Amino acid sequence: MAMIEVRNLKIHYPIRSGFFNRVTDHVLAVDGIDFDIEQGETYGLIGESGSGKSTTGKAIVGLEPVTSGSIMYKGQDITKRSVRKHMQYNKDVQMIFQDSLSSLNPRKRIEDIIAEPIRNFQNLTKDEERHRVQELLDIVGMPSDALYKYPHEFSGGQRQRIGVARAMATNPKLIVADEPVSALDLSVQAQVLNFMKRIQEEYNISYLFISHDLGVVKHMCKKMAIMHRGRFVEIGTREDIYNHPQHIYTKRLLSAIPDVNPDDREKNKEHRREVERIFKEEESKYYSKEGRVLNLQKISDTHSVALPDSTMKGVHD
Amino acid sequence: MDKPEDLLLDVQHLHTGFRLGDAFYDAVDDVSITLRKDEILAIVGESGSGKSTLATSIIGLHDMRNTKVTGDILYNNLNLVGLNETLFDRIRGKDIGMIFQDPLAALNPLMRIGEQIEETLVYHTKMNKEERDKRVLELLSQVGIPNPKRTARSYPHELSGGMRQRIVIAIAIACKPPIIIADEPTTALDVTIQAQILDLLEDIQREMHSGIILITHDLGVVAETADRVAVMYAGQIVESGTVMDVFKHPTHPYTRSLLRSMPQAESDDDELHVIQGVVPSLKNMQMKGCRFAPRIPWIPASAHEEHPTMHEVAPDHFVQCTCYKDFYFPDDDQAAEKGE
Repeated sequence: MAMIEVRNLKIHYPIRSGFFNRVTDHVLAVDGIDFDIEQGETYGLIGESGSGKSTTGKAIVGLEPVTSGSIMYKGQDITKRSVRKHMQYNKDVQMIFQDSLSSLNPRKRIEDIIAEPIRNFQNLTKDEERHRVQELLDIVGMPSDALYKYPHEFSGGQRQRIGVARAMATNPKLIVADEPVSALDLSVQAQVLNFMKRIQEEYNISYLFISHDLGVVKHMCKKMAIMHRGRFVEIGTREDIYNHPQHIYTKRLLSAIPDVNPDDREKNKEHRREVERIFKEEESKYYSKEGRVLNLQKISDTHSVALPDSTMKGVHD
Repeated sequence: MDKPEDLLLDVQHLHTGFRLGDAFYDAVDDVSITLRKDEILAIVGESGSGKSTLATSIIGLHDMRNTKVTGDILYNNLNLVGLNETLFDRIRGKDIGMIFQDPLAALNPLMRIGEQIEETLVYHTKMNKEERDKRVLELLSQVGIPNPKRTARSYPHELSGGMRQRIVIAIAIACKPPIIIADEPTTALDVTIQAQILDLLEDIQREMHSGIILITHDLGVVAETADRVAVMYAGQIVESGTVMDVFKHPTHPYTRSLLRSMPQAESDDDELHVIQGVVPSLKNMQMKGCRFAPRIPWIPASAHEEHPTMHEVAPDHFVQCTCYKDFYFPDDDQAAEKGE
């Protein structure tokens, strides 16, 4: 059994308008997605802005009320607040945010920031607590004099590492990382990604890695889902998605990544225009009349794609 | 290629210093670049490298009370450094167009799109109202806006991020400026939109034969769009050359380290390369010697120059300091061979 099982998750927001401010329509931020996160693995969630990937992440941490569907953890549906509270769910599931400056309280010292989750869930004496915080700083490779400093005294990469240390404080089983390196420079990004991988190996943590950067997801995740308009267009292993993309949207996304090898640039450009043209022509085939992504169809054990029925035969090489 | 009439902009020994307390600190330190007609010059670097400061120096947007700019920025026999504001106002927008990173912040939320584009035309041209309206619609369709008439009457918040960036580009090219400076034009956009905007920039460049300075931190964007590239680190250019040369034969330790720290497809379970230390802040910048030296401490001090200069390693391919000759990655096999 997987650690987290998401089944038919839907998160809809009401749109209110008119004379009595009645609910006239809904934004389908997340509209029926299923996936599993296994112990110790990194699951990638890729999508452009507005695709619903962050909303999904928030729902898993319990920050977003769910419209329908279930998220099962240890045999219980944690979409209910009372269940989360009862099983101390947020001790096991923590989050890392994109913007490290706005997710750390500027008026608290690092010691208090990192100790906050410990104080919430554990009863430690002052000494034990300090010892634990120091240990956590060690894990993310920060000097121990960081304890008494404030967030603004650190660089972006260091702050992001403090965010990781805070998420680690309660020995979680799963960390939801929402665009953890998007705001960082290349060399700092490498540092944070290395830390995340090292911690995972050592403590057998799972990540839900949310990102729009296909290169980073490819580096971090073995399994992933491509999200568009609140639904999955394609799920599969790294190999499936990057080497045998089937959905037109995935192909379009992959073709848009700039390549660092200037040799192929004319070829890439040609390819991108071609994919863009096919996308325009065939878009209607891959989406329902209302613009909804079709249901996923299994094309191999690991690989499912939202394909129309007619293209189903003989797509996989 | 090097005909003098093709030369649009010639920046020589530019220093831009900001006041911190009582002293001025150089955020751009002795930078020389040239921009020719019909080319895209990319300036690439991490945050704090001075790439945006270089751009704002060229277009003269600094608060001059707290900024000191010295050196030469030659355009059309005119030195833009120390040019008086009245003259500069005539150049800004007309001869140099600027595209900013955040299109929502660059546009006035209370003005209709059409009026904002028209504003530049009112200021810089003698067109009458009718001609201006025509030109606005022309510009909107040039930047790929599907319904120009309707868009001209809408407000910035009604458009998507990609569309807004197209509007900013339309404003920048309204007067057909020979020079366009694009400061991180696609950083706030999704990859598919990014590809469209970069295509648009290339089309515009081909059509108007202008020179574009593209400032970015994304090496992929540089490799796909630029003709020449200058890599900046801590306020200085450490390597410059054609995109082919720099990406195929990266030479300066910084360029090599940067390319190596990119998450690459194949190196899945490997650790990513990490550049030791941090980019020095303005106040802590060491003024002498090679600025990258503290971040490659395994290279002996004797390999660096005391006063780093640019060395031509191949025709038109320049590298700063001599440390590139002795540089190696400590995690390479080569390291073992070198005995340390």
